[in-house]
Amino acid sequence: MVSIRAGISTVVSSSGTPWAISWRIQCRVIGALLMREVVTRYGRHNIGVLWLIVEPMLFTLGVAALWQVARMHSEGPIPVIGFAVTGYSTVLLWRNASNRCAKAIEPNLSLMYHRHVKVLDIFAARVILELAGATASLAVLSCFFIGWGAMRAPLDLLTVVVSWLLLCWFSAALGLIVGAVSERSELFERVWHIVTYLMFPLSGAVYMVHWLPKQAQEVVLWFPMVHGVEGLRHGYFGSTIPTYEQPFFFLICNLGMTLFGLILVRQTANSVRPE
Amino acid sequence: MISLRVVKKAYATRGGTNAVLRGVDLEVGPGEKVGILGRNGSGKSTLIRLISGAERPSSGEIVRGMSVSWPLAFAGGFQGSLTGIDNLKFICRLYGVNANEQLGFVEDFTELGKYLREPLKHYSSGMRARLAFAISMAIEFDCFLIDEVIAVGDSRFHEKCRRELFERRSDRSLVLVSHDSRLIAEHCSRAVVLEHGLLHSFPNLDQAFESYESSSIVGPH
Repeated sequence: MVSIRAGISTVVSSSGTPWAISWRIQCRVIGALLMREVVTRYGRHNIGVLWLIVEPMLFTLGVAALWQVARMHSEGPIPVIGFAVTGYSTVLLWRNASNRCAKAIEPNLSLMYHRHVKVLDIFAARVILELAGATASLAVLSCFFIGWGAMRAPLDLLTVVVSWLLLCWFSAALGLIVGAVSERSELFERVWHIVTYLMFPLSGAVYMVHWLPKQAQEVVLWFPMVHGVEGLRHGYFGSTIPTYEQPFFFLICNLGMTLFGLILVRQTANSVRPE
Repeated sequence: MISLRVVKKAYATRGGTNAVLRGVDLEVGPGEKVGILGRNGSGKSTLIRLISGAERPSSGEIVRGMSVSWPLAFAGGFQGSLTGIDNLKFICRLYGVNANEQLGFVEDFTELGKYLREPLKHYSSGMRARLAFAISMAIEFDCFLIDEVIAVGDSRFHEKCRRELFERRSDRSLVLVSHDSRLIAEHCSRAVVLEHGLLHSFPNLDQAFESYESSSIVGPH
């Protein structure tokens, strides 16, 4: 996946650069792109980078408050706040990663004048930023609400971490696919927006699979991210409500999506022209 | 040493495949200053982009044994919404250079003053050219690729370019692309002519200019 590039101060034989130097260049490029992303996305005014955490926090608090007021969720084994935090954080992950990668290349065409900046790097920098943001938001919100007493500490941290990592992987792969295809097809970009709105209720964030009738359960378990959300809630709240995650299935989906995404990115990279 | 061997580049257009470069061979040694002459549409910018690595050839081999700048032109390589200083920092990070050390030089060279803290889209083409030039000098490449950027600007800018590029960094390589023979005569030791997708070499500058001037009579392929 790391292509061979000429280093800035190394004389290179025609067989290419050693992996160590290539890796250093790759990290430098993604680091530079990341810093640039932070400045362009969050600016220097108002609270800047903190938006990464405050934006999801505001939304989660709003949703939790709405649910409390509407009493949509009866007092059960899972507190409303915990349900909202675990649910919305997962949506943030895949939705933000894919939305930020959509049409990410076109405004950045001028950056690809630089030899080391590739299409994959631009996606990688954006995905990393969004993953970091959603993770920070989940961690900060969890600590806050646990400290406040609105939810208890996660019962099984290992399950939480594994499910979250799988969800991050899923979001990254989704970002690659959406980013690569939206560059070639205007239609896809429009349709994708609609798909994210439809996927929000279906993605497992707003329900537990156990609540659904049998046939619905079987259908819904085909969505990979549902397994992530179920696993996350299993780790947080234990088995008082049975969860139906299959991490192995999720893993295979991620592998397949990653392969597909990388192929699409390669195709897009070949057809992109720096302006 | 930068070598291009049988490099071809074709683009897919609505009217079919357009072969811009049909097998180009070129070698640029350390310290050599090469001029590339060609009419509009001959593929000069494509060739420069291939040499810099911004694009890959459709076939053929490009080997770079020394560090090469990105194609220096009016814009390109910069992001319009970022300020001059942000662009400097970004490019320095990209190439592993300390931006703070270079800031003084860039301020002196560009003479942009407070405009350095304005977004690039507010710059004139001359200001952008000055910034592009200054930042590329800050990176200290072994080979500079110049796509006519030094044709822009007033005599003061030309004087500064001359001093920085041709005096202070006279040991570096240079690939200068132009359709103006005088510019190439002034700075280059060797000239090649790009025509109909092929590169023609000549033993000296005068023969290259002669061939280039006479070829303007011939129509497009």
